[in-house]
Amino acid sequence: MRTSRLVALTAVSALALAACGSGEESADPNGEITLTINVFGDNFSLPDNRELYVEYERTHDNITIVENRSDIGTHHQNLQARLTAGSGTADLEVIEVGQVSGFIGQPDKFVNFNDQGVDTSQWTDSTIQRASTPDGGTLIGLPTDIGGLAICYRTDLFEAAGLPTDREEVSALWPTWEDYVATGDRFVKATPDVKWFDAAGHVFSGILGNEEETYYNAEGDLIVEENQAVRDAWDLSVEAIQNGQSAALPEFSPEWNTGFQQGQFATITCPAWMMGYIQANAADTAGKWDIATIPGGSGNWGGSYLSVPAQGANTEAAVELAKWLTAPEQNIKLFKTIGNFPSQTSTWTQPEVANYTSEFFSGAPAGKIFPASLEDAPAQVYGPQSTVIGTTFAGALNSVEQGTDPDEAWDSAMTDIKAAAGEG
Amino acid sequence: MSTDLDHRGAPSEEDSRRRPAGAPSPRRQRWRSRLYRLDLKGSPYLYIFPFFGLFAVFGLFPLVYTAVISTTSWSPRQPGSEDESVGLENYQNLLGDENFHNALINTFGIGLVSTVPQLLLALGIAHLLNYKLRGRLFLRMGVLVPYITSVAAVALIFNQIFARDFGLLNWFLQPFMENPIDWRAEKWSSWLAVSSMVIWHWTGYNALIYLAAMQTIPYELYESASIDGASRWQQFWYITIPSLRPTIIFTVIVSTIGALQLFAEPFLFDTTRNSNGGSERQFQTVVLYLYQQFWTNGRYGYGAAIAWTLFLVTVVIALVNFLLVRRIRSAED
Repeated sequence: MRTSRLVALTAVSALALAACGSGEESADPNGEITLTINVFGDNFSLPDNRELYVEYERTHDNITIVENRSDIGTHHQNLQARLTAGSGTADLEVIEVGQVSGFIGQPDKFVNFNDQGVDTSQWTDSTIQRASTPDGGTLIGLPTDIGGLAICYRTDLFEAAGLPTDREEVSALWPTWEDYVATGDRFVKATPDVKWFDAAGHVFSGILGNEEETYYNAEGDLIVEENQAVRDAWDLSVEAIQNGQSAALPEFSPEWNTGFQQGQFATITCPAWMMGYIQANAADTAGKWDIATIPGGSGNWGGSYLSVPAQGANTEAAVELAKWLTAPEQNIKLFKTIGNFPSQTSTWTQPEVANYTSEFFSGAPAGKIFPASLEDAPAQVYGPQSTVIGTTFAGALNSVEQGTDPDEAWDSAMTDIKAAAGEG
Repeated sequence: MSTDLDHRGAPSEEDSRRRPAGAPSPRRQRWRSRLYRLDLKGSPYLYIFPFFGLFAVFGLFPLVYTAVISTTSWSPRQPGSEDESVGLENYQNLLGDENFHNALINTFGIGLVSTVPQLLLALGIAHLLNYKLRGRLFLRMGVLVPYITSVAAVALIFNQIFARDFGLLNWFLQPFMENPIDWRAEKWSSWLAVSSMVIWHWTGYNALIYLAAMQTIPYELYESASIDGASRWQQFWYITIPSLRPTIIFTVIVSTIGALQLFAEPFLFDTTRNSNGGSERQFQTVVLYLYQQFWTNGRYGYGAAIAWTLFLVTVVIALVNFLLVRRIRSAED
């Protein structure tokens, strides 16, 4: 009797557990479908503006879109955990460009867009390659936006320091990153209370934006320690820190946001999406900003891919939505509302993009500045741990900002990187 | 169950014919007593089964599975690494890993800085709340408010207080300091900040436990002590503290284990959210390091090894605690 009760209890608890695990809906294509999409920021919407989703829902009666936001680190960790577990991902998942190579090794976990009738020729080869398996057989995500790179600067603070404020003249101040740091010296000498840039980590990644191979070479080997370009970028960033140019504000932290609002720094390495970020976080600084070209002439920071995990119950509907969200028309709309720059080269010459100027940034011709930085940009090589390595460098430079000896910081960064990525 | 009983326990027709009505047959009696024994001995197991069933699913299985993972070099970013066995290499690497040593030191350091003042404070607060006060219930509930506040909300406030630029504490310290303190930059200052969050969160909880124990101390003891001329302080020291000894031991053990597993506070105190616990791991605890290696760096095997090592460390410390407690008990006798 005891056993029978035991069995019953076990059965009941097993049932209860099973019930927890199966929250999936049926895959009837014409029935009501709720598509979930996990993002790590303003990928397709603003916190108070989901216009794009509304538009899709209007034309597709049976579709409801639910977006979940989290920060970039948590987002990718959760995605990996749910892929490993085999359940729990959203129908659509955004993957950041630096993270995408960590997911390419798991092509069977994603819908292959090569089989979905997508015209991949609308993007550059390197953009598609980055989200494809080495043999090119599987494409795990569709490119959404691309960063591009410029320098956003505060005209009021430049004026106070006796620097030119006109964007042509400002751009002429820094043909190279060395010139940028030299200008920073002039700036902090004139106005010691304001720093030249937000964090050295951004200068570091900006410098490396001109390089094709940074942490990995094209064969996929870890070359970070031997790569002279990385060491040079480090040394220049350290020099800028030691000359008192850094406000030492970690990116995406509340302090960083306050820094924008309070005008704690005069310049920032500025991909296209940063325009939206500044506008959202420091609305009061409207008209005080302008955009100059990036030192070295080229670079990219950020950009994303939209993927459809294969475990989803509504992959067909999700693929349709993914295709629509990454289409040129939508990308142009996103550029105008949020600042995310379209990844399709064909859109860059369209008047809507090319003639775009931003009021917030004193009428800067953003539609021309960002494509210019991308035209000569090298096709950067990413490896599975690129993001981890980038974060490690940002942390190490932050420790230098806090007073650690630069050589010690470099050594411990190398140890950490080898531990994280040395195995392959 | 009841149908079961009827079926097996009902006397057969043959039985009922042979014996006078009312007197149970010896067979039936035997059956009954067996049932009774079973009920007495068996049912407690049934009552605790839900716990152990859930524990098996959510405790034991993960424990064993983590041990299995810890002997592989599994990383989701490296296809095929799942089945690559490396034996105890992960544990070997861990022993020589300076970041792990640092995490251990941080964990114990923050544990000490947070637990000791926390329990002392709790004791003091409980003592005060034990007096006859106006609005005593309100005050007693009040000390519990920090405990029911979510850690995320606490961290939000404390991040403001301990901010380098425009921080509340730096604003207060302004007259005495040449430069504002960068709380996250140094070990001592970041430990202080993280500990203050822990103290804020847990003091009220411990105070309530102490208070409950204090109320079981007979009032006569205090009465006779005051007749003998003992001061309030002497009463506290010679009556309250000795009576609270078992409770104090309990809270020490629970707080120690809690301190070893500290995660949310240091995780949220690093506003970059990269699990590094400061630019140079100034306040990275063991669990935070485990989280970073496992999730951020995608090293499942290594992360699992950290988890198991932490488990063993916890067991050792619990054992030490246990031995100490036994010694204290035997000293009492």
